[in-house]
This record gives sequence, structure tokens and C-alpha cells, in this order.
Amino acid sequence: MTIEAARKRETAGLPVGLDAVSVQFAASPTPLEALRGLTLDIPAGSLTVIIGPNGCGKSTLLRVIAGLLTPTTGAVRIGEGTDGLPLAGDGRVGLAFQQPRLLPWLSTLDNVALPLTLRGAPATDARPRAQDALDRIGLGNAASLLPAHLSGGMAQRAGLARALITDPPILLLDEPFSALDALTREAFDGELQRLWMDRPRTVVLVTHSVSEAVRMSDRIVVMTARPGSVARIIPVDLPRPRPATLAGDGAAAGIDTATRAALAEVHPPELAPWLDR
Amino acid sequence: MRRLAATLLSLAAFLAAWKLLTVATGTPDYILPAPEVVAERGVRAIGSGLLWEHTAVTLTEILLGLTAGAATAIAVGTALGKSVVIERVLSPYIVAAQSVPILALAPLLDIWFGGGLLARVLICGLIVFFPIAIATMVGIRSADPLLVEMFRSLGATPGQRTARLEIPSALPVIFGGLRVGVTLAVIGAVVAEWAGASSGLGVLINIADQGLFDTPLMFVALVTLAVIGIGLHGLVVSIERRVIVQS
Repeated sequence: MTIEAARKRETAGLPVGLDAVSVQFAASPTPLEALRGLTLDIPAGSLTVIIGPNGCGKSTLLRVIAGLLTPTTGAVRIGEGTDGLPLAGDGRVGLAFQQPRLLPWLSTLDNVALPLTLRGAPATDARPRAQDALDRIGLGNAASLLPAHLSGGMAQRAGLARALITDPPILLLDEPFSALDALTREAFDGELQRLWMDRPRTVVLVTHSVSEAVRMSDRIVVMTARPGSVARIIPVDLPRPRPATLAGDGAAAGIDTATRAALAEVHPPELAPWLDR
Repeated sequence: MRRLAATLLSLAAFLAAWKLLTVATGTPDYILPAPEVVAERGVRAIGSGLLWEHTAVTLTEILLGLTAGAATAIAVGTALGKSVVIERVLSPYIVAAQSVPILALAPLLDIWFGGGLLARVLICGLIVFFPIAIATMVGIRSADPLLVEMFRSLGATPGQRTARLEIPSALPVIFGGLRVGVTLAVIGAVVAEWAGASSGLGVLINIADQGLFDTPLMFVALVTLAVIGIGLHGLVVSIERRVIVQS
């Protein structure tokens, strides 16, 4: 199935628009500029991958979309119409953080059920749904464990289950699989792709892996070094579902090369000596 | 089992050293009674009902004062932790109340509040308040900012944030304050009794020391206070173990 075909089907997602967004953090001696004039349109139901050098403001960008951070200048809009401002916790955005951010005193099950119980769902209703969500990501047996007893990868998966449980129209994933081993990561990329094809909500995925970017995305957004803005947008028009390895696929190889070239261009010069190794 | 053995061994060593001190210095019982003299006096005081009569009064004051003081302290500490404005406004008064010697305040409070149980519970609660309130304030502020942001992203209300994130995060520190608080509650009860009471272990100490010249009985009262302190501290620790998730 092509991307066009996926887009034509009804999307469960909302579009996101960023217009000349800049973010500055107060810091001494000079303010820290995380984003500068970032303009980006994310179509409803698209799967966008953000990639860029360390510290280029990828996580800041996600926090701006989630409404957790108000841009210093510039505008953000979610959806069409009047109530387009992002608002933290209004239920339109699901976030899976880089650090899983589980409550250490709650079981894995109750952590995954947290978005439901915070909305006032009774535990008798929330717990079975959380158990379902855990079963689907292969953590069913870990439901009663405390986060301290989960491995890094298990904790990240629990964080993802928590982000998915409310079925939000926009899903922001900040390196959600970075703690998983390569094979498990590929399996989860495949699972995420399948989930998204079933119901194409708007997904923004931050990663450091070029191959993950090529496999997952409709388009790859390459960011500049800090202060971050959009350096290049590379469309990825490959048929889905895409297999774990795209080696031997000429089009994929071309996108891979273009992405690496764009990354090399934006790389901070002080790291250049390591690039060719 | 090993821990119990170690505890008993250290107790035996303490008693032996005490006994040795009285024998070696030849100190008379009215200055430093030997442990077996205190024990014998204790058995008599228990048998006659004298000890329990006074212990019950003091224990009541301690438990009520501790409960009232700790509950107020946790509520006020939460408010202090959540609002810098409230902290600015209230903290001078709280620090002042803590800095004024409770020994000087106790007679006043005794007069103001009618000299009964209420006055003594208030004095006891006042001395307990400070460490628990400060611990709660510090604990509330120690909530992980990443978890606070996660709660925001899930649309948690301020009340939910307090009840389901900040207070659970603060519990280990609050229990630290409670441990200090229980031992202060014992001191608070005795000070309150000295300010004006007709019964209680503090009163018993005064009677034995200055009225009856019964130093062994005074030691019986002191040992009882120590046992109450150790017991309550142990109770707090065991609740802490149950409540706080070990990771």
C-alpha cells in the first residue's frame, strides 16, 4: 500500500503546524536558544521522523507540540479551526518520553492505567484495559512488577503502552525504543508501523537511527544543530509495510544516503573529525 | 535472630557497665541506684498500679499530641511546599515558634488553655510540628520534575498532582520527620506536665525526685519514657517499611 492510499483512508489524526517557532531558555551567562525560526507542517495521519545532531532541540520541539512549553516567539497550531493552540493534558497528544517516567511506587499495570485513572475511570475499568495494552506489547507477565524491577527496554515499552492507552490523535515518541536491543527494536518498529497503518493517527518519532527513519517515516525531517530549525525534508515514498531491513532496495538506499549527507552537513564542526570513521 | 541477639547483647553490656559504675564508685542509691534496685522498684511500682496510672496519662498526651501535631504539620508542610508565597508569609512565625524555648511557652499555654489535657496535647503537638512540617515541605518539593511534567501531559489536576505524585514522592522524607517527631513528643509531654499537671510520668519524676527522695522510682519513670520513645519510634519505622515501596 502506498502512502497516498493510506492518506485517503479516514485518518484518526490531527494536523500540526509550526510557524517560525523559537524557544529560548533563561540561562547564564547568555540565554540558551533551543529552537530558532522552526517552520514545519505535519499533515494529519502522517508518520514524520525527526532526526538531527545531539542537543538540536528535538525533545524541545515535541514539548512545544505537546503544549508543555510555550514558544518564545512563533505560533503552533493543532488541528483545524479555532481551538488550535496546544494545551498540555487536553487528551489530544500522547507522549512516550525518552526516559520512561514511571511512578516508582505503582505496579507496571497501574502505571499504564494512570492516564485513565487520572481521568476518573474506576480501577475496575482501567485495569483490564491496561492489562490488554501490556499483553499487546509482550509485558503481560510483568503487570504486577514495580518499575525498578523492569529492564530499561521493558520500562520503555510500558511507557509506550501508557501513551497509547487513551488512543490520542497525535502521538509524540521521543526515542521510544532506544533502550531495546536491535532485534526487539526492529520488531517494535514493525508493530508500530502496523498499528499506524490500521489507524493512521499523526505520529512524530524522534530517533538517532537513519535506518529506523527510512523504515518508519513518510518523510524525514533533518534538523540543524542548536539552535534547531528544519534543515531538510526528505520524502520517503516507499510501499508499506516495510520489512526490517531495506538492504538491496535501491530507492531506500538513495533515501538513506541523502539522509546521511544532510546529517553530515548540519553536524557541528567540532564533531567533524569523527564523521568519517 | 542475629539482630535480636545483638540487641540483647548490647543491653546486657549496658546494664553491666552501669552496675560496675555503681560498685566501683560506691555511689549510694539515692544518687545513682544500681540497675537491680531500679528493677526491684519498677516491679513494686507496677504491682501497686502506680506506674501504669501515670504512664497511661503520659501515653494519652503523647499519642494525641503526636497525631494532632503530625496531621497539622503534614497539611501545613504541603501548603508550604506548593506555594513560595505561603512559605514566605508563614515561615517566620513557624521558625519563631520553634526558636522560643518550649519550657518558657509551656506555662503560658497551660494558663491559656485551661491547664487540662487540651493544654498538654497542644504543647506536645507544638514541639512535634516543626520537624514534620519542614520535612513535608522539603519532600513535596523533591518530586521529580520529569514526573511532574508527565502529570501535566496527562492533564492531572493540581489536587491529583498533590495526592498521587507529590505526597507519595515526599513520604520517605516525611517519615524521617516523623521519626524525629515521636521522640520530641515524649519530651513535649513531660515538659507540658511540668508546666502544671497532677499526674503523668513527668509529675512522677518530680514527686520521686523532690518529694519522696525516691531516686530509684525516678529512674523507673525515666526508663519508662525511654521505652515509650523506643516503642513509638519502632512503630513509625515498621509503618514506614510497609508504606514505602522498596525499590
